Amino acid sequence: MEFKTDNSPFTGSASTIGRVMRQVLYALIPGVLMMFYFYGWGILINIVLAILIALGFEILSLWLRKRPLKPFLADYSAIVTACLFALSIPPLAPWWILMIGLFFAIVIAKHLYGGLGYNPFNPAMVGFAVLIISFPLEMTQWIRPEFNAGFVPSLFDSLRIVFTGFESLYSVDQWDAITMATPLDDMKTELKSGHYFSEVMGTSHYGFVSGKAWELISLAYLSGGLWLLYKGIINWRIPVSLFLTLAILATFFNWLTPDTHQSTLFHLFSGATMLGAFFIATDPVSASTTPRGQLFYGACIGFFIYMIRTWGNYPDAVAFSVLIMNMSVPMIDYFTQPRVFGAKSREES
Amino acid sequence: MNGERKYWTFHGGVHPEFNKEQSTRQPISPIKLPKRLIIPVQQHIGAPTEVLVASGDKVFKGQLIAKMAEGELGAPIHAPSSGVIGKIEKQAVPHPSALDALCIELILDGKDDWGKSQLAPYADFSHIDNKMLFARIEETGLVGLGGAAFPSSVKISASKNTIETLIINAAECEPYISCDDLLMRERADDIVIGIRILLQLLNPQQCLIGIEDNKPEAIAAMQRATASLDKVQVCTIPTLYPSGGEKQLIKILTGKEIPEGGIPLDRGLLCHNVATSYALYKAVVKGEPLISRVLTITGDGVKQPQNIEALIGTPISDLIAQAGGYTTHAQRLIMGGPMMGITLKNDNSPMVKASNCFLVASTTSLQQANSIHASQPQMPCIRCGKCMQACPANLLPQQLYWYTQAKDFERVSEHNLTSCIECGCCDFVCPSHIPLVSYFRFAKSEIRAQKIATKKSDLSRERHEFLEFRKAREKHERDEKRRKHKAALQKKKAIMAAKKKRTGENDEENPKADAIKAALARANAKKAARQTKDSHTNTSDDDQAKADKIKAAVAKENARKIAREAKKES
Repeated sequence: MEFKTDNSPFTGSASTIGRVMRQVLYALIPGVLMMFYFYGWGILINIVLAILIALGFEILSLWLRKRPLKPFLADYSAIVTACLFALSIPPLAPWWILMIGLFFAIVIAKHLYGGLGYNPFNPAMVGFAVLIISFPLEMTQWIRPEFNAGFVPSLFDSLRIVFTGFESLYSVDQWDAITMATPLDDMKTELKSGHYFSEVMGTSHYGFVSGKAWELISLAYLSGGLWLLYKGIINWRIPVSLFLTLAILATFFNWLTPDTHQSTLFHLFSGATMLGAFFIATDPVSASTTPRGQLFYGACIGFFIYMIRTWGNYPDAVAFSVLIMNMSVPMIDYFTQPRVFGAKSREES
Repeated sequence: MNGERKYWTFHGGVHPEFNKEQSTRQPISPIKLPKRLIIPVQQHIGAPTEVLVASGDKVFKGQLIAKMAEGELGAPIHAPSSGVIGKIEKQAVPHPSALDALCIELILDGKDDWGKSQLAPYADFSHIDNKMLFARIEETGLVGLGGAAFPSSVKISASKNTIETLIINAAECEPYISCDDLLMRERADDIVIGIRILLQLLNPQQCLIGIEDNKPEAIAAMQRATASLDKVQVCTIPTLYPSGGEKQLIKILTGKEIPEGGIPLDRGLLCHNVATSYALYKAVVKGEPLISRVLTITGDGVKQPQNIEALIGTPISDLIAQAGGYTTHAQRLIMGGPMMGITLKNDNSPMVKASNCFLVASTTSLQQANSIHASQPQMPCIRCGKCMQACPANLLPQQLYWYTQAKDFERVSEHNLTSCIECGCCDFVCPSHIPLVSYFRFAKSEIRAQKIATKKSDLSRERHEFLEFRKAREKHERDEKRRKHKAALQKKKAIMAAKKKRTGENDEENPKADAIKAALARANAKKAARQTKDSHTNTSDDDQAKADKIKAAVAKENARKIAREAKKES
């Protein structure tokens, strides 16, 4: 009797990239629901539109690169990129914002570097960074959380705003009244113009520790992130070291001058700290891969987030911090190899 | 037998579906004599043995048919039963290289006759000198039965009185395999006799038997059998592949890590497989060389998965027949388990000393139960690090894979590929279904080839440099010789000159010499005169002829001239 030959091992786990990515998507659900609650249809339009555009670019790139479509569409990676990107741009942003951002994310940052697994930079953050540099106005106009503005555009109006611009519905003055900067951005401006931190926190759109909407949205992302940790999809090193570094720096400066520096909890529960720590910095492809390297990588991201938020010009710093550290990953990985079985540790030798 | 023991853990490891119950439902089937045996001359780590028999020879059971090559690492081979030697030629053997190897064919006569070749049984081995016991282990051809087949005699004699802990490896962590489990359930007392022989030979402070906790019956049997032995303790360890790896088991039981390139003996440890200690019992107490072993025939590709005691050299097809034959699911034939085994092309080859399992299975049954497809397409590495978490050597398989793909073998070596034990854990957990172990085997062979090439080029460079050096040295030596010769010559000349001067001064005192000189001078003068005369005559003749020729030529020319002028005028 004849048999086919093969190489060991002959057994393998059932896990697939698609399964990993799907679990990341599930973990985003609480955050998405919370954002939908505060921002209305705009956030869902963002997500749906981003997924469609991302898949379009993915198919185009795969076709140009002569790669099979089915396995690479089944890996869900383009959808994860699309969702992370959609959640970082303002709801009701014009459709071409998504188009440009996702072109850079999927085509430039991902496929030009070799596609899944080969991109040195986080695709969603590349898209975001291009947009915030090129279209700072559109990228900072977040509509006021609904309970605050007492207004939420209907699904139809939302679609009209996205595809034909707000001008079809509102005057510029009206639009300015509807939108505002994010609390993180707003707080920075207020502090720069001489207001005290505690004073600004007392105003109406701030809640217990940061923006009224954002502290709850951050909490929702935190819960999703903890679920990912529990499921073993991500490990604790990057988020924990990121939070610790950010918290230590924030605590130190807040302790020195509490009036001009935001509190520790404000930093942790504002902007993209939670989304970034659990969903963006942990992107395995572009993050450090060794245990010690991940601690260093997370800590550096936390450090840069604080630096850019406090002394930089951009409202939020997660995208830039992640991109800066993406660059350093090959070196970090090389110098942080774990001790091999049987090798002497540094103390022993 | 102190109650609680501290155990350590090793990094990583995986929990595949163990599927051992398939083959543990019935007791070990006794030896069934096949019609013929195919006995490879190399079944161990080391050099092939030298064949002592010829085609047509009648041999008895237990008779030595191939001896160890002189001064080489190896283990002798005995006839597993009585019969006639058939062909001695190259045949397919179960080896990862898939190359044919020299085998002795033995046509059995069915009598299973020991003749006079049985060795003296040492029923009471405690009265036997250790030297004789060592000799017995060597002459019975014992090798490690866990899979590596390292000659036991070498391992044991190297460890005399130097080891602190003897470890009996009964973890049996590979899925599907249950031969050690069944052996312990049924023959624990005999195994323990083997262990007692080892204790007598090696005199360690303690002996630890490591068994994974998914074999409760074996644990109970071994505990019962070792109850009276103070030094020996049965250690129940958590089921985790690859805890049966020698280095991993040592880590679990002692906390010591044996580095790459090191051996347990360096740390006062010796590890033996539980089946080896059973074979040791048979060799010493029964006087039976290693001619049979227990092995597992399992998988959904055979009708009655079970454990079989079989003669070394039994063709795999006979073993399968004994297990009820193939089912329709027989797609892969694997020697060993699904994690580290090797696939075989057909069942013509024989079982060898190292064969612990033949697994016949469908590709789908080998996959984990919740797998969507039997074979998923290979996707790019997303550096998720699952492999790193699973690696028992604490390597970074994702980085090794990256650099192997780039063929940057320098970096691969820097990431300690040599520490990879090819256990397959990284492969097993990979969500991208990358055959990592195959990549690493490739990288290892490339690095090995590179090393050999470097060695070769280093050698030829050295040779060239030495050639140049030798040439320069020879030239120098030649010059030196010449210079010395010259100097000696000059010295000689000077001496001669001085002598001459001296003789010149003493001229008048030597009339005889004068007379010779005068005679010589005369003879020379005469010779010169004759020569002058001869040359003179020759010259004049030649000149005359020349002159005549010239004259004639001139005359001719003149005549022609006149003739030409005359023509012109007319």
